[in-house]
Amino acid sequence: MDFKRDELHQDILDMVHEFAVNEVKPLAAEIDRTEEFPMENVKKMAEMGLLGIPFPEEYGGAGMDTLAYIQTVEELSKYCGTTGVIVSAHTSLCCTPIYQFGTEEQKKKYLPKLCSGEWIGAFALTEANAGTDASGQKTVAVDKGDHWVLNGSKIFITNAGVADVFFVLAMTDKSQGTKGISAFIVEKGFPGFSIGKLEDKMGIRASSTCELVFEDCIVPKENLVGELGKGFKYAMMTLDGGRVGIAAQALGIAEGAIEETVKYVQERTQFGRRISQFQNTQFELAQMQANTEAAKLLVYQAACAKDDHEPFSHKAAMAKLVASRNASDVTRRCLQLYGGYGYTKDYPIERMMRDAKITEIYEGTSEVQMMVISGWMGVK
Amino acid sequence: MNICVCMKQVPDTNEIKVDPETHTLIRKGVPSIVNPFDTYAQEVGVRLKEQLGGKLIVLSMGPEQAKEAIKSCLAVGADNGYLISSRSFGGSDTLATSYILSEAIKAVEEKEGLKFDLILCGKQATDGDTAQVGPEIAEHLDLPQITYALDIVEKDGEIQVKREHDSGYDMISTKLPAVVTVVKLPYEPRYPTIKSKMAAKKKEIPVLAEADIPSIKLELCGLNGSPTRVKKTYTPVREKSGVKLAGMEAKDAADQVVKLLEEAKLL
Amino acid sequence: MGNLNDYKNIWVFIETECGKAKNVGYELINAARPLADQKGCPLVAVVIGKDIERVAKDAICYGADSAIIVDGPEYEYYTTDAFTKAMVTLVEKYKPETLMIGATNNGRDMGPRVSCRLKTGLTADCTGIDIDEETGNIAWTRPTFGGNLMAVIMCPEHRPQMGTVRPGVFKKGAYDEGRSGEIVKEEIHVASGEIRTTLVERVNEVAEAVNLEEAEIIVSGGRGVGSAENFKLLEDLAAELGATVGCSRAVVDAGWMPHAHQVGQSGKTVAPKLYFAIGISGAIQHLAGISGSDTVIAVNKDEDAPIFEVADYGIVGNLNEVVPALTAAFQARKA
Repeated sequence: MDFKRDELHQDILDMVHEFAVNEVKPLAAEIDRTEEFPMENVKKMAEMGLLGIPFPEEYGGAGMDTLAYIQTVEELSKYCGTTGVIVSAHTSLCCTPIYQFGTEEQKKKYLPKLCSGEWIGAFALTEANAGTDASGQKTVAVDKGDHWVLNGSKIFITNAGVADVFFVLAMTDKSQGTKGISAFIVEKGFPGFSIGKLEDKMGIRASSTCELVFEDCIVPKENLVGELGKGFKYAMMTLDGGRVGIAAQALGIAEGAIEETVKYVQERTQFGRRISQFQNTQFELAQMQANTEAAKLLVYQAACAKDDHEPFSHKAAMAKLVASRNASDVTRRCLQLYGGYGYTKDYPIERMMRDAKITEIYEGTSEVQMMVISGWMGVK
Repeated sequence: MNICVCMKQVPDTNEIKVDPETHTLIRKGVPSIVNPFDTYAQEVGVRLKEQLGGKLIVLSMGPEQAKEAIKSCLAVGADNGYLISSRSFGGSDTLATSYILSEAIKAVEEKEGLKFDLILCGKQATDGDTAQVGPEIAEHLDLPQITYALDIVEKDGEIQVKREHDSGYDMISTKLPAVVTVVKLPYEPRYPTIKSKMAAKKKEIPVLAEADIPSIKLELCGLNGSPTRVKKTYTPVREKSGVKLAGMEAKDAADQVVKLLEEAKLL
Repeated sequence: MGNLNDYKNIWVFIETECGKAKNVGYELINAARPLADQKGCPLVAVVIGKDIERVAKDAICYGADSAIIVDGPEYEYYTTDAFTKAMVTLVEKYKPETLMIGATNNGRDMGPRVSCRLKTGLTADCTGIDIDEETGNIAWTRPTFGGNLMAVIMCPEHRPQMGTVRPGVFKKGAYDEGRSGEIVKEEIHVASGEIRTTLVERVNEVAEAVNLEEAEIIVSGGRGVGSAENFKLLEDLAAELGATVGCSRAVVDAGWMPHAHQVGQSGKTVAPKLYFAIGISGAIQHLAGISGSDTVIAVNKDEDAPIFEVADYGIVGNLNEVVPALTAAFQARKA
């Protein structure tokens, strides 16, 4: 597995780094407090071409690969987990399935505006009673001849409050189980579609996580994505890609926490010494660094496997499992090195710890990742 | 409007640290950046170019690695860039540097087949902080200059420049060609896009050495052309043993300090 | 260049506008006085402006031996072309050995233009001026690399030796009304066609000019103040003390205060009697601008903040409580 970055990847990374440090980092604490979606920064990222990195130029994308996109999410997440997931959800969960499964007309209609950031995308699978058991979809879509009518609701939808385009899963034939689930593109203004309550979350607080409500929502016939009854399969394939994005987010959070902590331990003195001089500090950080590098290899491996069109579900699952647990572990241990100051909002470390936790939950909990991995191993 | 931006690649002075034991600068691993004031010069130049047409060309004097900085200017709107680099230019102080740049500007005008209407520089480079090269280029080229610009607008073939002063600004106009040095703008420099970054990456950056600048007199370059000499450098040591009040109620601490100031007859 | 020995005397440029001198000129006279005494040469104030005879007299009272003035309507407001021409003409005629200029915006505009025309060396933004014992040259000390490094610069083979010096680094000397000296008037006129820039309008954006360089007491806030609104606490303290409000770069970057209030390497160098550093950690860029302060009082919640290393009096605590307490304590003292 060769994922040595070429110069172009490095250039994009430098560009994202500069943006992240100058624009994303200074806002991170504030948007965590206010829960305000960082629209201005999202628009700036759109101008830079960061909202459509892995898609061909003919659809308005930057024509780069998954690795470049993953590294972008990682870099943004070093300074703000919210901003990382905004890009990840938009790219992996909305643009990608339209690109992968959509008709040429759908791609032409939606991708250029999504890639340019004129429209923001979201993905809607989870329901109140269909979390890890996503097959239990209660949202239904009924064929009315020249259009579909959707009824039901979705919860915990990232970007929902600001999104223009939603990739929505709904049951079209209950008798078929998961093979009765289909995918639709729903636009913000469709009749009968509304955004419900904004979740007051522990972390990634400005990612506009809301409920979606469909009350006799009218969706044009041509907005069915791909084949009828293939929706669940599309969703699972989409989540494989999404998991690499979340793994990159987790990786970035861990790296950001280490970066902040390395700085802090060299400034803070106790017992007349910089706390970086204590062996406990040195060993803790060394172990965290090694673990984070290991997670990084898994994340990049999964991204490259996707780029090479190899089967990558298990690689994505391993990347997400390891990177997300590492993010929680690293942020918790870093906070411990900060001591009392780390527990205050004067320093970013407590926010990073809160942001890290979600990476073990969304787009498949760690337990789901282990199901995927053990299944691939043949342990049944 | 044809615009020349003179840019310097500098170490990121925010990243420079002093070794606490040896009191020397730690330069290793310090990233190189485009001098921040130059990024404003470049941005206002690009805006003028977008508004009025013409070409924007970036010149930078420095080592081979300064090509990276030139490329980052190309990614945010410059049309072409030239690196001015030669062993004989090394050791130049501001007088020699500005002389070389002014001669290079003439050579680039020749190569590009144009005349510059406006030469832009950052107010100063954040490594040397001299603010001399801009005015000295103007002097070598016998052009009017306006320093400390906060914004530049074009009006009937002239420019109007907001020049910073302590309590606001002066609006100053001048005919072109002219040299303007830029402090800060009411807007931030743009970021590159993935596409512009890729295009800049592919671009060749020509290097101008003395052979490419026909009019240059080598005795005015490098150490020979530099009247100033650095006698020595050292890192400032700041140590003071003051009174530090910790763990006290705010009121008690405040009263105590006022009392101490009073006793020391500092009020 | 001719013979270096033809160049004699130390000159200090006194910057004026509308007939009024900027303080830095008088500060430089005080700084140059011991150097002139050491060399045994006259110290000459050079004043260019309109209606400036009073300024020339004041310069002598502040310690100059004599003055040269260039008076004319074209010098009422600073222009690069007129001032450069006047200064170059004077230097060519009188051949001073050393020329010091205040590093104000105008001084830093004119200095390089003059040195470049004269093909001599100019050291920018100096914070120290000494005579090199070995050679008798001026040794100009200046901060570089964002204040992280100090450099000592000389101009051994060209004259005059020129330097711009940061305002606020040196203090004015005592005003001695009894001092007298010769005031030479030079007639140098610049035709309007030679002045290629036009002052269209002057806009004063702040109600009163922020004059940190000359402030005796400064109350400065840093990132720790937390918000633009919270600067009210500092303004209250400043009002109580008759102080000027300053701030660190982080505050300007955050948009809480305009750049005119910024103290430090990329802002103003200050030399107040009392400097209050509130919620300022003490980054080296900031410390570079306050080293001329007589007494530094720091308030910071982080007891390890570097500001405490330079503070004469430090309070470790929450500035939201400490600053109002200080205001109250100063108030109580007056009562």
